[in-house]
Amino acid sequence: MVSLPTRRRLINLASQIGSVLTVCFGLFWLGWILLTLLKHGIPGLNLSIFTQMTPPPGSRGGLLNAIAGSFILVMVSTVIGTPIGILAGTYLAEYGGTGWLSPTTRFMNDILLSAPSIVIGLFVYEVYVVHSRHFSALAGSFALGLLVIPIVVRTTENMLKLVPNRLREAAAALGAPQWRIIARITLRASRAGIITGILLAVARISGETAPLLFTALNNQFWSSNINRPMANLPVTISEYAMSPYKDWHDLAWAGALLITLGVLGLNILARTFFRQSRAGN
Amino acid sequence: MSFECNNMRTESPKSKIVVRNLNFYYGQTHALKNISMEIPEYRVTAFIGPSGCGKSTLLRTFNKIYKIYPNQRATGEILLDGVDILQNVSDLNRLRARVGMVFQQPTPFPMSIYDNIAFGVRLYESLKNIEMDERVEWALHKAALWDEVKDILHRSGNSLSGGQQQRLCIARAIAVRPEVLLLDEPASALDPISTARIENLMTELKKDYTIVIVTHNMQQAARVSDFTAYMYLGELIEFAGTELIFTRPQRRETEDYITGKFG
Repeated sequence: MVSLPTRRRLINLASQIGSVLTVCFGLFWLGWILLTLLKHGIPGLNLSIFTQMTPPPGSRGGLLNAIAGSFILVMVSTVIGTPIGILAGTYLAEYGGTGWLSPTTRFMNDILLSAPSIVIGLFVYEVYVVHSRHFSALAGSFALGLLVIPIVVRTTENMLKLVPNRLREAAAALGAPQWRIIARITLRASRAGIITGILLAVARISGETAPLLFTALNNQFWSSNINRPMANLPVTISEYAMSPYKDWHDLAWAGALLITLGVLGLNILARTFFRQSRAGN
Repeated sequence: MSFECNNMRTESPKSKIVVRNLNFYYGQTHALKNISMEIPEYRVTAFIGPSGCGKSTLLRTFNKIYKIYPNQRATGEILLDGVDILQNVSDLNRLRARVGMVFQQPTPFPMSIYDNIAFGVRLYESLKNIEMDERVEWALHKAALWDEVKDILHRSGNSLSGGQQQRLCIARAIAVRPEVLLLDEPASALDPISTARIENLMTELKKDYTIVIVTHNMQQAARVSDFTAYMYLGELIEFAGTELIFTRPQRRETEDYITGKFG
């Protein structure tokens, strides 16, 4: 019979080893993905990626239009999705109360959060693309915006709920009306968390392919008109990766690496931002 | 020292707040039972009693801060300068501008020291920059904080120490120039030096304000207040001049609590 302290030490050791192994298992795949991307992507990375348009097979080219297109799509969808998300999240956290509206909204938001992105793409195709009778970057931005909204709603609500009630009481005790308490105190107190949520939403949509297939489509050439189809990295990658041409494959790998590095950068930015503002506040 | 001058002034102070048959409910819980009392103007009134006796609850009815929470309600009368604030629902925010409150834990807003104070002032007055500067300085002087923060007004209110944060909250409450100041255990989270400062402050402030303080600390009540109310289980047991309460309490329960036999 082992003594109680020894048994506790053994159990502790076992659970510690268990958690470390699980972490290693998770990190292993992540590391493998990154290594593969680096191995295949780096050879294709050169200056022409950022200066030349997507080429037809057999000729040299880059990803300039796809990079710029992705940038525009992500920008427009963030501009569409963020205000709606923040306002809805604020409603849920500050005004919601006990009625039926906020539980329903929360439930719908959770569904939207886990909806397959291809469904979102089809939806925008049906309600917008069909009626405007052409694919467009704007339609793509609507689809991506629909992915941004639930993420921002969720983080905004959670972050506002972290603000202690005594801060609201203190502001109300000065005679501040509720909208002013929200605008000046609680949103301000949680802005680091909300911005982090927005950055994570941006990271999420910058790699999405499915919502763009029926909306923004793709474009072999430079286009900055959001009413026309627009080139973008995810669709370009899928198109080039499925092609039989070696030089297209290299471009696809390079594009995949670029997206991954971008998302990685955004996540690091979000983390440092959140940490800094929490420490400084 | 406060006792002597209190006695000279306790002749017949005007009542600032009159409470009649006040009952208060948290949902189904009956937290205040038939409270009637008169809070005198330009005096410090202390509420003492064991935890859960309703002293904070009573304080929170005077500015109707409980209204933030939908399941809390009060019945009866609370007259502020003769007007029933429970009946009169017209302007809750105006009421709170007249009846300021400082809470147990310091609650600086996430903004600069200057803006912490200007926030409340901007709600009801549009001052020129220079007037606002003067008001901020005035309030910080009143709260005995000016000398410590005059060079760091742009810094975040959260960068101050706990005692300084609490004085910032007092300055913030004073800056809107309320008539009544409610203090809900304002020194319970502070060290003895900060506590002493806040107590001195109260003696200073009662020249211009009616002050009501909730405290766990009986010595504190004896030191700073002119009148003391002893509460127990939602009832007002005894309410009289502080000296009387602490030397010749009329009720047995009060005496037991004050002498430490109970609570």
